[in-house]
Amino acid sequence: MSRRYDSRTTIFSPEGRLYQVEYAMEAVGHAGSCLGILAEDGVLLVAERRNTNKLLDEVSYSEKIYKLYDDLACSVAGITSDANVLTNELRLIAQRYMLQYQEPIPCEQLVSTLCDFKQAYTQFGGKRPFGVSILYMGWDKHYGYQLYQSDPSGNYGGWKATCIGNNSAAAISMLKQEYKEEGKLSDALKLSLKVLSKTLDMTKLTSEKIEMTTLTLIVEIKVIHFVNRHWIV
Amino acid sequence: MECLIGIKGKDFVIVASDTISARSIVSMKQDHDKMFKLSDKIVMACSGESGDTVQFAEYISKNIQLYKMRNGYELSPRAAANFTRRNLAEYLRSRTPYQVNMLIGGYDETDGPSLFYMDYLAALIEAPFAAHGYGSFFVLSLLDRYYRDDVTQEGAIKLLHQCIDEVQKRFIVNLPTFKVRCINKDGITDLPDLRAGKQ
Repeated sequence: MSRRYDSRTTIFSPEGRLYQVEYAMEAVGHAGSCLGILAEDGVLLVAERRNTNKLLDEVSYSEKIYKLYDDLACSVAGITSDANVLTNELRLIAQRYMLQYQEPIPCEQLVSTLCDFKQAYTQFGGKRPFGVSILYMGWDKHYGYQLYQSDPSGNYGGWKATCIGNNSAAAISMLKQEYKEEGKLSDALKLSLKVLSKTLDMTKLTSEKIEMTTLTLIVEIKVIHFVNRHWIV
Repeated sequence: MECLIGIKGKDFVIVASDTISARSIVSMKQDHDKMFKLSDKIVMACSGESGDTVQFAEYISKNIQLYKMRNGYELSPRAAANFTRRNLAEYLRSRTPYQVNMLIGGYDETDGPSLFYMDYLAALIEAPFAAHGYGSFFVLSLLDRYYRDDVTQEGAIKLLHQCIDEVQKRFIVNLPTFKVRCINKDGITDLPDLRAGKQ
């Protein structure tokens, strides 16, 4: 029955659902997890690495966390090739804003502009939605440190702590219990590792399987720090 | 023939413009306001081709208000000035360039007051004081000599008056009155018109 309604993204099913969008969200549910926590003195993103073949040559330093601008970074969960298109678009959006106003783009504007782009793929014919959810961390002069999440439908929201990808529901419920308001970044680091070690289905959490990035403001200079993998024990 | 003058202090900016609306050699109107409100704390004074000034200034001011509606916060004076510059620069390279000269004065919570000078070639300069038109030839030397960066609002008005007197004395065109606006942390305030000669 549903076959009739899921071959095209732009058609509602009789129950009022968009199957292709739901399938895209399903694809994200199988991807490696990404976790983000907002602290009072910074933001942090942690991502699970799936490709840890020892024969793999390390071409790029980071596989799932991308720096978008001086004070913006994102981590992606889903189909990597789709994610590459989106991160490219994100960087373009940020630079276009810079070109027009000579000021860095405020976080939410970047997220909402990208979400307009994502949403278009759920409405206009002949296209498939992006199988990607994204966590964004950033700082701007209006609202300080921020953490956002967006999904394949083009919805987005701001969060204090959240998780996307494989087993994200379990991680979110754990974050809900353990997250402390006005916590420090150092506490957020520990919390993120604790949550991931319990929710990732692997026996031992090793540094090769994790990517970690923090964003802090050091005397008005925005620093995105890609934590050295061997630093995490 | 028109004249715009701007002076920046520690916590305010003053923008002044003459009030003559002229066509060819005829003065058509003597109480014309050449300033446009871009946002709560940004004012743009425009001179140039008379249709162009209004068209361009309204286009910019409505776009800046649209930004506020979309995002819930206002554009900073610096961002607004750069936005204006970019638009003017793009029109300059089109078939329909705007011939507009501007002074943009604004106040930002973090950056404080700022004054921007922009001509019809879209050259944007941030300056402590600035002037446009033939009047600038007489006025800039005075400002150069007497401007201090710790000038008070009263001092700036006095200096402005000196400038207007000089324009009235040396410039062949008659520009007797100037409209004056001050922008500070509380927003935009209209100050009494300045007339040459009367102190």
